[in-house]
Amino acid sequence: LPLVKASNSLSLSLQAKMSRPVQAQRLEGIDKNIWVEFVKLAANYSTVNLGQGFPDFPPPDFLKEALVRALSGENHMLHQYTRAFGHPPLVKILAQFFGKLLGRDLDPMTNVMVTVGAYQALFCCFQAFVEEGDEVIIIEPFFDCYEPMVKMAGGTPVFVPLRLKAPKDGKLISSADWQLDPTELASKFSEQTKAIVLNSPNNPLGKVFSRGELELIADLCVKHDVLCISDEVYEWLVYDGKEHIRIASLQGMWDRTVIIGSAGKTFSVTGWKVGWTVGPNRLLQHLRTVHQNSVYHCATVAQEAVAQGFQRELELYGKPDSYFIQLPKELQQKRDWLVQSLDAVGMKPIVPEGTYFLVADISGFKSDVPDVPDSDEPYDSRFAKWMVKNKGLAAIPLSAFYCGAHKNNYNHFIRFCFAKEEATLKAANDILQKWKQEKTSP
Amino acid sequence: MLFASRNFYCLGIRTYQLQRDSLSRSIKLSASATMAFRHKNTRRIEGLDSNVWVEFTKVAADPSIVNLGQGLPDISPPSYVKEELAKAAAVDRLNQYTRGFGHPPLVKALSQVYERVCGRKIDPLTDILVTVGAYGSLFSTIQALIEEGDEVIIIEPFYDCYEPMVKMAGAKPVFIPLRYKNNGNSASSADWVLDPDELANKFNSKTKAIILNTPHNPIGKVFTREELQVIADLCIKHDTLCISDEVYEWLVYKGNKHIKIAMLPGMWERTVTIGSAGKTYSVTGWKLGWSIGPQNLIKHLQVVHQNTLYTCPTPLQEALAQAFWIDYKRMDDPDCYFYSLSRELESKRDRMAQLLQEAGLKPVIPDGGYFMIVDVSTLNVDLSDVDEKEPYDYKFVKWMITSKKLSAIPLSAFCGPETKRQFEKYIRFCFIKKDSTLDAAEVILKNWNKQTA
Repeated sequence: LPLVKASNSLSLSLQAKMSRPVQAQRLEGIDKNIWVEFVKLAANYSTVNLGQGFPDFPPPDFLKEALVRALSGENHMLHQYTRAFGHPPLVKILAQFFGKLLGRDLDPMTNVMVTVGAYQALFCCFQAFVEEGDEVIIIEPFFDCYEPMVKMAGGTPVFVPLRLKAPKDGKLISSADWQLDPTELASKFSEQTKAIVLNSPNNPLGKVFSRGELELIADLCVKHDVLCISDEVYEWLVYDGKEHIRIASLQGMWDRTVIIGSAGKTFSVTGWKVGWTVGPNRLLQHLRTVHQNSVYHCATVAQEAVAQGFQRELELYGKPDSYFIQLPKELQQKRDWLVQSLDAVGMKPIVPEGTYFLVADISGFKSDVPDVPDSDEPYDSRFAKWMVKNKGLAAIPLSAFYCGAHKNNYNHFIRFCFAKEEATLKAANDILQKWKQEKTSP
Repeated sequence: MLFASRNFYCLGIRTYQLQRDSLSRSIKLSASATMAFRHKNTRRIEGLDSNVWVEFTKVAADPSIVNLGQGLPDISPPSYVKEELAKAAAVDRLNQYTRGFGHPPLVKALSQVYERVCGRKIDPLTDILVTVGAYGSLFSTIQALIEEGDEVIIIEPFYDCYEPMVKMAGAKPVFIPLRYKNNGNSASSADWVLDPDELANKFNSKTKAIILNTPHNPIGKVFTREELQVIADLCIKHDTLCISDEVYEWLVYKGNKHIKIAMLPGMWERTVTIGSAGKTYSVTGWKLGWSIGPQNLIKHLQVVHQNTLYTCPTPLQEALAQAFWIDYKRMDDPDCYFYSLSRELESKRDRMAQLLQEAGLKPVIPDGGYFMIVDVSTLNVDLSDVDEKEPYDYKFVKWMITSKKLSAIPLSAFCGPETKRQFEKYIRFCFIKKDSTLDAAEVILKNWNKQTA
């Protein structure tokens, strides 16, 4: 009799187990990803890919040479584990470099941590500081991973939009015309607010937050004792003589800010996946705990090469040969070229102050892609898919950078990446010109 | 207004009115002075900050110390592997993002190699995820499939990250030790076994997964088919998942065979098998690993991956793919690196064992892997005056580093709280070291008795 009882209870608990999903609840609502879909579309259909954000021009020679030197050297130990929190030569130069920029003495061992791209740095921040009951303020439009990362950490994202101020007649809109409403921003801070994510220069708009705007955010952070996760991966890509201001350098902010950077964006090597965090030890110690329990080490040889890249840039800082001066100069030209290209055909560009992205208003091309009432999919997403399939030009819908509830607020914009060879931008122009001609000819 | 308890520390005063220009400097300053409490870490990482490696790699970084501690080779990776990386990095587009779940040439190569090993079809796009080391695979698997309310069985001694990763996922680790069966002959890793009844008792309706590591770190045990069948039977009976850490799968010595638990009947659909480029090609610094399993499990790991680091480095994946093709083509040839490395390590294993035996120690000869554990209590080193609450093996290793200039890793680092006493007389040596390192270890071990006499 006991045997029968035992097997009954076993099968009952088994049934209960098998009726539950195998995956953990933390994955709920975060399985969709815009890139999986759009990267595939671009791969299958595009002849000109201005979609995903990566350069199609080569990395700088000095960096390629640094990697070759590292690989051809006697020291084969570069193929083995290095220090978990960052390869010593790299953290040392980062501490030196950012110490100089922030006007602080930084300890490479405690104020810097290397990560697998800025992406993993973001992950460490959310895992270290956000849990159930915490709110995290995210400024829309936002790099899409912030929302699912906050959710995976059990937090609640609270969105506040950049709003387009009335454009001046006849002038092109600038990313500077997209602004936070101070009252609206302040209203988003609550007792539950653990952190705000700042991304400046901003992907996708290209906005470079001004000192005044940063002070507004800083004041609220200090007042409400909130952390600032400052995603500054495009820090070197600022145009028209604008200055990238680091919020951590503002009053009261160093102690509550984690600065995130990226070798991929800094040195045009997105495939190396080397990123870093800079901040006070009091915060970084917890990032180290997440890091040592998730990936632990980052690849050694790429770190070695990036360290040498920074060494060169430290020596050339402020000089015309500096890559940090050359690259934005080159990209500004490409930006201007694409702006002209889009404006000429009636796609209204928002001129970005920074990053290598540009958002354009495609309302003028709506006749090609008619509205579908009651469609689940935002208009710009349908438009972008139609465009890549029919015109071979890949771009990303702006709605990808908004939360579910707000996807239809700005649904007639698409994002282009202009970190591309001249030939690529010319080819894009050809597609656009031909498209316009097709629309205007009878 | 009600304040959350954690806010109470700050002066007892919190203002929430809109104060823009009138926000006084003094309030700003005093807020910053007392903000320490608010910026606490999350519960999920509470107590997970200490780490044996952070402690011991620092200590052993001194170049005058013969480092047989951390598991990293000081032998060179094969030259073609290094060459492939140089070739990959020279291609401009290979320095930019690749496919998030794994660079297509790499997942293709992995599917071919493992199809051959497993004798079943493996879809490169749905059945494989490339991660940042096997470490990243363990993390992705645990985050994807384990949560609060779950229990995870961990076999002791265990690679130390299993416990904190299970805890970080909110679950409860349930430990079961390998026990030494004394049969009188010289100790082998095969003498360390699980008690089947004890194991069966660890399974219950909450058991979400068991973590298996074969070949085993630190003991070097290669689980036999029969032993795997015992585990498999329980997994099937209790509908439990199996996370199979097989990073040392190629490092199996004469007379032993690495068997994949996923290949046992009923196991493929419930097993995630983890592998490592670092251990396969002696390139621990490349930090590339992979998870292989059924789509219905791997798809969840992919969701974790796309929300944690998204993609792994491209040139390294390309180089690894090319290296795999080279060895895939010669999998019938004894020169294949998968087999030649194993032969090289077997002679190092035998040499290490001999050195330890000559020093009066009784090493546990591993059937696989590149670690060897040894009972040091027979040396009778009295460390009772060392004023630490640390287990004996921690104290011993620290003493050995300072006084003998030889490093190892204490075994109690690989144990749960209940079994630390059982394993604190063992230390772990790594023998994937070049001859000159082993020569230097030999000198120290030969002189050991002379100095202590």
